[in-house]
Amino acid sequence: MSAALLAPEADDDRPLLTVSGLTKYYGERPGCLDVGFDLHPGEVLAIVGESGSGKSTLLSLLACRLAPTRGTIRYRMRNGAMRDVMSLTEAERRLLMRTDWGFVHQDAAQGLRMRVSAGANVGERLMALGQRHYGDIRAQAKDWLQRVEIDTDRIDDPPRSFSGGMRQRLQIARNLVTAPRLVLMDEPTGGLDVSVQARLLDLLRGLVADLGLAVVIVTHDLAVARLVSHRLMVMRQGSVIETGLTDQVLDDPREPYTQLLVSSVLQV
Amino acid sequence: MNAPAASGYNFAYLDEQTKRMIRRAILKAIAIPGYQVPFASREMPMPYGWGTGGVQVTASIIGEDDVLKVIDQGSDDTTNAVSIRKFFEKTTGVATTTATGEATIIQTRHRIPEAPLTEGQVLVYQVPIPEPLRFLEPRETETRTMHALEEYGLMHVKLYEDIARHGHIATSYDYPVMVAGRYLMDPSPTPKFDNPKMHRSAALQLFGAGREKRIYAIPPYTDVVSLDFEDHPFEVNRFDTPCALCGASGVYLDEVVLDDRGRRMFVCSDTDHCETRRADGHRGADGDATP
Amino acid sequence: MTPPATLLNVDRVGKSFTMHLQGGALLPVVQDVSFDVAAGECVVLGGPSGAGKSSLLKIVYGNYRCDSGSVMVRDGEDTIDVAAASPRRMIRLRRTRLAYVSQFLRVIPRVSAIDIVVQAAVEFGLPEDEGRRRARDLLTRLNVPEQLWSLAPATFSGGEQQRINIARGFVADHDVLLLDEPTASLDAVNRAAVVDLILTKKRRGTALLGIFHDEDVRDRVADRVVDVTRFSAAA
Repeated sequence: MSAALLAPEADDDRPLLTVSGLTKYYGERPGCLDVGFDLHPGEVLAIVGESGSGKSTLLSLLACRLAPTRGTIRYRMRNGAMRDVMSLTEAERRLLMRTDWGFVHQDAAQGLRMRVSAGANVGERLMALGQRHYGDIRAQAKDWLQRVEIDTDRIDDPPRSFSGGMRQRLQIARNLVTAPRLVLMDEPTGGLDVSVQARLLDLLRGLVADLGLAVVIVTHDLAVARLVSHRLMVMRQGSVIETGLTDQVLDDPREPYTQLLVSSVLQV
Repeated sequence: MNAPAASGYNFAYLDEQTKRMIRRAILKAIAIPGYQVPFASREMPMPYGWGTGGVQVTASIIGEDDVLKVIDQGSDDTTNAVSIRKFFEKTTGVATTTATGEATIIQTRHRIPEAPLTEGQVLVYQVPIPEPLRFLEPRETETRTMHALEEYGLMHVKLYEDIARHGHIATSYDYPVMVAGRYLMDPSPTPKFDNPKMHRSAALQLFGAGREKRIYAIPPYTDVVSLDFEDHPFEVNRFDTPCALCGASGVYLDEVVLDDRGRRMFVCSDTDHCETRRADGHRGADGDATP
Repeated sequence: MTPPATLLNVDRVGKSFTMHLQGGALLPVVQDVSFDVAAGECVVLGGPSGAGKSSLLKIVYGNYRCDSGSVMVRDGEDTIDVAAASPRRMIRLRRTRLAYVSQFLRVIPRVSAIDIVVQAAVEFGLPEDEGRRRARDLLTRLNVPEQLWSLAPATFSGGEQQRINIARGFVADHDVLLLDEPTASLDAVNRAAVVDLILTKKRRGTALLGIFHDEDVRDRVADRVVDVTRFSAAA
């Protein structure tokens, strides 16, 4: 199954997401300058850079949380049509965001409803899509809790009672339950213990491969980028300064800044 | 129109321009069933929570020929009902009644009368919190967008939580409804027992939230559907015994504690309904007691 | 009889590193490297340490970029230039045609040894049961004790880890196999097992390019030795 989904053939030869000339100015100050890339189904693109490099601005633009000054974000809808997401109506865009797209926040509390149970957190998108069978919704929630390695006994507990790693896994389940095709992730392992990070990354890798997800992951952690991404974009001062295969950029960095970034990582 | 000279107030307390403003809001609410229309709620001579929204709605629609009934928890003689009735007697001089069938306007807190309402009657609800989605989404900007785009999945999250915690939908009042297949609406804290009465009612139903400055409406003969799950369908509360006083079943009952030794009885919450039945000769198990 | 097809063609490849953190110092690696590897052939890169053998292997895999020249890899009817291909094209080429067996096992912490091998087969496009069958066979041939198969290899010895790594590289049917000292930390028995695996791949028409410090292994598998010293840019 995974191989079939991963194999970039036929329909998958067309990009899922095409970003071009994406630019955002905060007043005079550029947040993101002329960023463009294609993303295909099954591809994981990591965006790395320091704080203030523009990577978070870029992710906010992609998630339509911020209006760009210039540029377009085109997405291949499930019916095959490429649509400029900025030109979608608000209703269409919100529907897209909660069905075909996912967003994993660094702080799980932002991506979860902390006061309602884990099961309801996972089931919310299903109910938003009109599912009205409690038993079915609960069965799907259980299935997803298992897939993200959360004990199904915890289905009725609120995420407040969960550890940081569990919350993050719950957030992922909540996003993936509608089988989205594109998932945006903002430092999904930030703030987690190293051992918890490894487990989460491993889980992510498996899910991405099994589901053939396209992922844009923002991280400042090059080890995370190496472990989960196929391609890498290095950002600095709002611009993409280097891009390529992840292992190529990390093992043979060209730009002075990238060399600095790579050489600053502690080797273990 | 003149208020009784003794009161010193304009008819029905509010000035005429304010009434017009509120009537415009009411008309808009009727035109968009279930939609919460903002209005410039006034300070009223009673605290928030005492029905200031309902009072403003009633004051804006009441005329000299109207007959007013006010109930609180189904009863005509509790403090809130008595105060509001007196308020309108004093500021309008209109006739008041406790008989559901005689009233042209019924202002209510927490109940819908048991006797079916008829065309020409207006039921005015006092609403504390008009926004049904607030429980899960506190941002007003977001809930307005959700109404605009008909994104109501979140309401089912609350019902899901009920079932997950209690094994059934435990929400027993404020039970959310869809109005005319479009707007999600909070029916104010009436028991869900009364929800079916809203459906295709012959009367006009108006809802006023004074503190929250919102008015909404259900025009006569409008579909009102209680939310539920396919495998956990909406159900009204059931009572095991009939009313101890009048023997009525299929009505909403209140529990009345009779003494400090734990004796209790269940009687109609709608006092007018109960009295009318007893006047007609109906008797329950404890029919001669006086609650 | 038609001569075996050329699956890998390295043509006038040059590479140097610019060390921006050391004042932009230019570190030449290789220049003007040209050679071919045909189906069923094993070409060994020779030369002393530091001659650029590993770098050259990484260039062929697309791990290092090259400054000049081309690295053409046969992809069915097409020929792909690793030096110029888009990342997306490279990912596909690596999945289906071009595999690299490094000296070190770099894996995800929790996955079991056998699953690491199975995953490599599945990524290539084999059905999971076929991948598992091959994985068992390979781990057996490489003398990895069966009780280790279900464990994550993080705690394995260097030799055990390397054998998992070899199994992972050999489990699929890539046309071009790049081997970076696959026998470095193995004992004689296991070196022999690896030699067998390489000879099997050769018989099946795989083009192999490798680095072997062990002369005995090299002599048994190599059809030709390309001495990197003569391309060494530092020379």
